[in-house]
Order: sequence, then structure tokens, then C-alpha cells
Amino acid sequence: MPKLTINGTELEVAPGTSVLQACEQLGIEVPRFCYHDKLSVPASCRMCMVEIEKTPKPVASCAMPCGDGMVVHTDSPMVKKARENVMEMLLINHPLDCPICDQGGECDLQDQAVSYGMDHSRYNEAKRAVTDKELGPLVKTVMTRCIHCTRCVRFVDEICGTPELGGINRGEHLEIGTFIDRALTSEMSGNLIDICPVGALTNKPAAFTARAWEFQKTDSVDVFDAIGSNIRIDVRGNEVMRVLPRLNEDVNEEWINDKTRFAIDGLKRQRLDKPYVRRDGKLQPATWAEAFAVIAERLRNTAPDRVGALAGPMVDCESMFALKSLMLALGSPNMDCRSDGADYDISSRAGYIMNSGIAGIEDTDAVLLIGTNPRHEGTLVNARIRKRWLRGGCRVGMAGAPVDLGYPYKHIGDTPQALADLASGRHPFAATLKNAKKPMFILGAGALARPDGAALHRAVRELAEQFNIVRDDWNGFNILQMAASRVGGIDIDFLPQTGGSGARGILSGKMEIIWLLGADDIDMQHIGNAFVVYQGHHGDAGAHRADVILPGAAYTEKSGIYVNTEGRPQMALQAVFPPGEAREDWKIIRAFSDAIGETLPFNTLAELRRSMIEFAPVLGDIGHCRKAEWKKFGKEGDVSAAPFVPVIANFYMTDPISRASVTMAKCTDEILPLITPVAEAAE
Amino acid sequence: MLEDKDRIFTNLYGFDGWNLAAARRRGVWDGTGDIIKKGQPWVVEETKNSGLRGRGGAGFPTGMKWSFMPKPSDKPHYLLVNADESEPGTCKDRDILRYDPHRLLEGVLIAAFAINAHTAYIYVRGEYYNEASHLQQAIDEAYSYGLLGKNACGSGWDCDVYLHRGAGAYVCGEETALMESLEGKKGQPRNKPPFPAGAGLYSCPTTINNVETIASVPEILRRGATWFSGFGRPKNNGTKLFSISGHVEQPCNVEEAMSIPLKELVEKHAGGVRGGWDNLLAIIPGGSSTPILPREICDTVLMDFDALREVRSGLGTAAVIVMDKSTDVIYAIARLAKFYMHESCGQCTPCREGTAWLWRMMQRMVRGDATVAEIDQLLDVTKEIEGHTICAFGDGAVWPVQGLIRHFKPQMIERIEQYRKIAKAA
Repeated sequence: MPKLTINGTELEVAPGTSVLQACEQLGIEVPRFCYHDKLSVPASCRMCMVEIEKTPKPVASCAMPCGDGMVVHTDSPMVKKARENVMEMLLINHPLDCPICDQGGECDLQDQAVSYGMDHSRYNEAKRAVTDKELGPLVKTVMTRCIHCTRCVRFVDEICGTPELGGINRGEHLEIGTFIDRALTSEMSGNLIDICPVGALTNKPAAFTARAWEFQKTDSVDVFDAIGSNIRIDVRGNEVMRVLPRLNEDVNEEWINDKTRFAIDGLKRQRLDKPYVRRDGKLQPATWAEAFAVIAERLRNTAPDRVGALAGPMVDCESMFALKSLMLALGSPNMDCRSDGADYDISSRAGYIMNSGIAGIEDTDAVLLIGTNPRHEGTLVNARIRKRWLRGGCRVGMAGAPVDLGYPYKHIGDTPQALADLASGRHPFAATLKNAKKPMFILGAGALARPDGAALHRAVRELAEQFNIVRDDWNGFNILQMAASRVGGIDIDFLPQTGGSGARGILSGKMEIIWLLGADDIDMQHIGNAFVVYQGHHGDAGAHRADVILPGAAYTEKSGIYVNTEGRPQMALQAVFPPGEAREDWKIIRAFSDAIGETLPFNTLAELRRSMIEFAPVLGDIGHCRKAEWKKFGKEGDVSAAPFVPVIANFYMTDPISRASVTMAKCTDEILPLITPVAEAAE
Repeated sequence: MLEDKDRIFTNLYGFDGWNLAAARRRGVWDGTGDIIKKGQPWVVEETKNSGLRGRGGAGFPTGMKWSFMPKPSDKPHYLLVNADESEPGTCKDRDILRYDPHRLLEGVLIAAFAINAHTAYIYVRGEYYNEASHLQQAIDEAYSYGLLGKNACGSGWDCDVYLHRGAGAYVCGEETALMESLEGKKGQPRNKPPFPAGAGLYSCPTTINNVETIASVPEILRRGATWFSGFGRPKNNGTKLFSISGHVEQPCNVEEAMSIPLKELVEKHAGGVRGGWDNLLAIIPGGSSTPILPREICDTVLMDFDALREVRSGLGTAAVIVMDKSTDVIYAIARLAKFYMHESCGQCTPCREGTAWLWRMMQRMVRGDATVAEIDQLLDVTKEIEGHTICAFGDGAVWPVQGLIRHFKPQMIERIEQYRKIAKAA
């Protein structure tokens, strides 16, 4: 434990701590451009220089490990001069076009120039101009502003595993680019906008639309996958202008995927902003009262066991709980939050969540992926696996379709036979798992939605026990859910009640009324002649089939609890209001219950939450994962020999919001053809 | 003057053959195995005692560098030979590579033994095509005679030698950039620490030495440390190759004792300055990156590390560039500034931006299209680069300009005034 003195304060730090990190521990701000705590350290911007006694020259603090007895000064004349000099060098070729730069107001160069910049330029020569690069539909480039910190290069190399950026040429001709003008293929490329300390890489869809200081900022949670990335929604007026990641080391670190960031323009298109009722075969605008009356009329003439409800992938827990209460009030046991048709055993919570947690990936030393493409199904889980792999000492095996994950893995097979090969020890990866200290399985939710999903679930549980995946201090049995609503839906038991039907039963044609709560990704053919109530926010598949449309709120427009794949309940806050006559979903259900004389016992969201948490106490622990008790689970059945297939064909369009997004359509056009399924990534 | 019997590089001019048979005639590979059998401590100690300092420019004591290598562990040790000789004015390694490659290889074996390395890489400048060709043939010869490879020279030490050709970047001669380049990456210097002895090539303990340093070692060990340390002043021992170019009658490479007076060196070996010593304007004593010296200093200065440091220049690679009074010294330094701008790797800010700034200002200084105050600004810019960069390239890039301002400021002012006079008249 080296002990050092910084600006007269003595402190002890962990071995390997850099001087910059030690300064941060003391709350001393050290300016930096190239240094980023999630990336490797090139020490090339030279902004973070400090004075260390007994060294003749100023030292780049980001790359200097703390040594015992070091005496560091961050405010000496030598330091001030060194930083001012670097700042002058950075600014001589910088265009200083802050008034028209989208980074203006949140620019590291701008901020640090206030502290270390000169009031005038001594540079009387011609400035350098650099040709802009084409990086695809998401990231806009103004390369003349680039200060060559190479954060972007390191980000795509290290975090994404798609080494597509690099420095071309030497000296002052150094340019950052892809060499060939081609869109970046990483599904996390939007983070380049955040890590670029200047305005060289900016948000292309949001270019020239707003200034950083105009936003009202709301903390929220992402719903495009089941990771539950922590996000900040930046709003101007009643318009969502952009989405940024919030730091949460346990979940998304400081990254979000491109769908989370860029699909928000879909929130403004195809919106359901008033109730509709199908009359004469056509959906026609109606008032709330008319819509409710039509449904009530139908309900009166239908036996309760002929009424079913399905919840889609983006629904918050409160809405599901309200709908469940309504169904129970109506006397119907038919409901399911697993609209994909999965019916595996959920009697143990450990059987449907990611028990190790996302951060737990960093402790593992062997990962077996089963029927999943984490790159598309849980981008940040994949980023964690890559991070773990990059550190060394971790092997990855794949039982599923061979896809490019950005790191090498051992492909064991693409059918469930691969699991049998591991169980029998026929495949050498079995030895890897057996010898691992903290092995981990990641079972894809897509695989669980197969007809034999329930049997597969059991088979994997048995395999997990065979390989001792679950130990006293370690549970590596992980389900990678794909729907933000799924774990929460199961937790509040939005599932077939005693004697009721699940998704498969509801979609077997025997229902007379089906209430679709944001459920679009079902085969509408299976609904048969049922009367469909669609409650949701987008005019997508469900709304097209609906007989009555109740316009609800998208995730930015309501406060709600979502439980991510780790079983971590997180709360999203309302950033904007729903458009037109659309309302928050729980309010719609509450109002409808009132209209049919079955008034639900909550008048406010707080009351609803109270009864929901009373029912499912695990939801009350906002932000934290509770360890799930391991029990034997699984349903009897045979696992078929059918190969695992990728469940997401187009990462950029998976739900009503992203399908309505122009930006995502551009990505589908430009990036999707570049991401071809390749086998060579497998060892 | 150094006597012929005391020369290490006896085939500097290529009068004899460069192959193994000829090299053996000159005493190369003579008793190499016996030297190795004396053991590592002896080799390192003897090298230390000889006072040999690195010939690549920085002049770090070679024996001490070797002793920094950690104890043998499960990580392999590597020896790197820096044959990326690209400093303008320097051509000493070139003649070793093409005329005496076996002398280098013998040194490689001994040095690899001294630092516990079984693998050595020789990184040859890309433009040195024929030199690399000779060296590769010499390596093949040495292997076929059992001088390298398993049980090299019957010493019991295994040593594999690989030749790697660079792609022509000056900065790859910087030791850590060389490692990056050798690893297949872009040749950009690494930040230190960690130093190569701890984590160098492939993050393994590595020693990197210049061609001339390595090639001198076998002869030093054969003749003894006291023989070598008998030349030159204390702490500046031995013999040294000097490359003399520019406005002299006979530009040449020559081996001389250290601490020889600069004037004697130029007059004895290069036939003197064109038009006589009085026609001398200035000399760059140690390759393009060392500050220029005006004639007054050249009259008396000795050619060694410490004497040149005292006059705020450096021995560098001992490439003496002579300029007579016909030289436009401002233009000459501007040309060097352009070289450094072109060769900066572009990684770190002060060097990437600063070298270009220097060159642009120097272009105006050549014309005189500047203000007198800008001369001070120019000096200030050099100070902004110096000591603020990852590697020593930044320092080397600004020293020529600093030397110019230090010794030729009146000429620069005169140029500016002249330009103004003409501008005013027009």
C-alpha cells in the first residue's frame, strides 16, 4: 500500500493506483482528455501533468503509478505552465466554432480552456482542416475539431470489439477514421458521442436541434431490452430530445446501446393519441367514454373464462398489476406476461433471473452461452463478457447459432445436442467448465420460447447442477431475458391463475375477448375471432387488429417500476406527458374499472405501488438485487433436436417504438447489411 | 589519432569481405564460446568497467542497462538491436550492417547471454535494403556454422536471432515505438514507466541497444575493459564511430577515440572544412537533433558526451554536420524542423501540434516575414514542447531551433529587418 503526499495531504492508496486516481480520491480535479477510466491509458493528451518532486519534468499523472513516498503537486507553477502549454497546443488547430458546435456547453475542451486557456491566440499561421468521415447514420463527424485523444479508437477496440476506427497518417496529418468510409457496425457506437471530449463526434439525428443547457433532465430506465440500462432523458418542452446513459457500475456501467439512444424519434411517430373503436370494419376515433362503453357491453355478454389478457415486453409493473387486478375483479384467470409463449417453470425466482448479476460476469472464468446472441439480446451483457474476456483467464463456449460476438468462443454445437455432449463430457469444453472456479451459464430467453423451452429449462438446470454452477457463494445460473417487463410480470404473478390459460391458451382461438397490454409481437392469426382491446402507445400490429384502442403512455411518459434480467427493480420517472388524449396505463385501467362498476382499490400511483409491493415485496427494494433461493425446478419433457436460431433478426427493429423510428430504419438500411452472420469468430 | 591496431571496426570501408570467412580473418567470432563460458556476471561487470556508453544517442552506460534486467522468471527475456538508424547525418550503423554484420551478430550472442535472453530481434531501417540483405545472409551463415541457434558457439547458450525490417518511420528508432512496430502495431512510443527492462517487447523484460554498442562488445571483452577505458576522458571512454558530412573535403565515417577535439576530427579525417577552417560557420556535432554550435565553440570543443553537454549540445549519434559560410543557417534549421514535423508520430499533443507550428514559423523566419518578438515566441514554443511529450522525440525536434536562436539570433533579426526594408520599398 503506497503512501504518498498530494498537495500536502498524505494518503494511502491501493497498489497500482495512478497518481490521477489518487488525486481524484482527494477530490482534486485533474484535467484530462485522453484518459477515460473504462479505457486503456495512452497518456497522449498530456493535459493531466503534475509535478512530482525529484523528477525534473512534469509527469502525466494518468499513467504514473503511485509510489511510496511520492510528493505530488497539482497546483505548482510548473504544473500550471505545462497544462497551459498543452491547452495552447490543442487550441491552435481547433476551429473554435463553439457557437455552432453541438458539443457546446458540455465540451471538455471548452470547460478546461476556461481554466487553462489564454485570452488570445499566438498562432498566426494557417489552421489545419480535416475532411469529415462517414461513420453511418448515428455518429456525425466534424473532424477538424478532433484533438486526437483516441478515446473513440480505444472504445471500439476494447469495449465493442469491432476495431473499425484508427489513426491514419502521422504527426499533424494524423486523422481518426475508418480508412474506408463505412458505417460503424457496433451496436454501441452511440457511446462514441459521449466519450468524445470535443465536438468531433456528435449525435447525428439530433444535430442542430438543441443546446445542452436547454434540457430538463429526468432519470429513467431503458425498456428496449431486459438489461434495465440507467438512462437520463433530456427533454425540451414536451419533446424527448435525447437519451444519455447514467452511470451504474452494476448494470450498464456508463454505456447504452444504440437502440436505447436513437430509437426515441419513434416516440413521435405512429402514436395512438386518442381512443378508437372499430365500426363498420374500420377503426374510428371515439371518446374515452364511448370506448369504455363498447368494451363494457362486450364484457357483459361474455363468460369471464372467455376473457384473456396478454402483456407485452415494454410494460411497467404497475400497469400489469392494475390489469391483473382488473382481470381478477372480472373473474378471469386467463393472463400471461410471457407473450412469446414461453411456459417454463417459474416456481423458483432463481429459475428466471440472472442470478450472478451483470457485474458478476467480471468474476467468472468460464461462460457457456446457450441459445442466445447476447450481442443483440443484451448488448451490455455482451460488453461485460467481452470486458471479462479481455482481462484474460476466461473461456467462452457457445451452444447455439454461431454469431460474431466480438470475442472468440468455442462453438460447441448449434442444437441442444451440444448440452448432451457437455453432460457426457464428450466435448472438451466440459473440462473447462468442470475446472472453472466460478462457471456461468447464460440461457437465452429466445431459446426458452421454443416449443420445448420448458424441457430445455430443466435440462440446463440439471446441467448446471452437474457442473456445480450453483455453490454456496456463487450462482452462475443465468437467464438472459429480452423483455423489460418479463421478470417484473412474473414477480407480480401476471400469469395464468388457477385453472386459467397462458399465452398459448389465450392464443388458441377459444377466447372471446383479449386485452392486449402493449403486446404486438404475437401472431395475430392466432387470435381468431376474439374481440381485441389494444392498450398501448403505438399503431403497430396490435392496434391494427384491435376492435377498441385505448391510447396509453410510452416509457418516457409515465413513472413505473421495471425489473431487469438480474431481478433488480428500478424506477423510471416521467419525463414528458403522453400525447393527445393518451393517458398513463394504470389510470386507464383504473378508470375502466370504475366505468364497469368494479372500482379497483387504488386511487393514486402510490396506493397502487403499495399494494403491489405488498403482493411482491421484492419490488420494493428499488435498485437492488435480492439473492434468489435455489430450488429444484423444471418441467418434464423431451428436448427436441431442432437447432437454436437467432431470435432477433434485426437488432434495430424489435418493438413498436424502434419500428416507428426513422433513425432505426436508416440503421436497418445501412448497418444491417454489414453485420453478416459469420462463423470465423468461433475458434 | 587512433592507431589501426586499436580499431574495433576493421572493415568500416568494405575493403575486406563481409562474409563469415573474411570476418573470421579479422578476428570476429574468435573465442566467443569461451567469453560466454566466463559467465554472466563477468560479462556484465567487464562491460560496466569498460565505461561503454550507449552509442544510439542517449549515452546510457551499457553494462548498467544490462544489470537492470530482472532475475529469470517464467517470462522470456528479449534482446532488441536498434538498427533503425534514421537520424539525418548518421550513417555509422549502416556500414557495420553492410560490411561487418558478423561483428554485430557476435555481439548479439554475447549481449543476449548477458541479459538471459534466448531470442534477439534486429530491427533494421526499411530503407536499408542491401544492409538487411547482408545481415540476413550473415545470420544464415552463422546458423549453418553453429554460431547461433542451439548451443551457439558451443557455449551451451541457445540464441535465436531474427531480422525485422521497418517501414521507414524515423520515430520507430525510439525504443518503445520500435517495440510497438515489432509487435505489429503502429509505431508510437509508449509511456514510461513501465520501462523496457520490466515490461518491454510483448510485456516481457527487454533490453534494447544500438548496433554500434552491441558490435563493440565482443572486442571489448576480448581485449579487456582497461584497453577500452584507456581511450577518452573519464566517463567518456572508448572508441567511437563518427560520421562527418556537409561542407568538408572528404565526408567519411571514421572510428576515433572519444574526446578527440572536434577541429582535429574534421581536419584529420575529413580533409578539413571546404575553403579552410576560417570558412566554417557552424557544426551540428551529433546528428540533426543536437543543437548547432557556432565556430567559436567548434574551435575548442571535445567530442564526447560531457564536453558537448557543457556547451548545451550533445554527442548524440556523433554525426558531425559541417556548414561553411555559404550556408543559409536559418533555412538549414527550417529544413530540419520540417523533417521533425513530418516524422512526429502524432500521438501526443505538444509534439503533434508544436512541430508543425515550429515549421510554419521557421518558414517565415527564413524569409524574414516575422517580427523580432516572434523569435522569442518561437523559443517559447520550443519550451512548450520540450519535456512535455511521451518520448524524447519532442525534445530532439526542438533542440535544433533552440540552438539556432541561441547562437544565430542576430542573423535572424537581420533577416527580418532586411525583409521589412524590401517590403517598405515595395
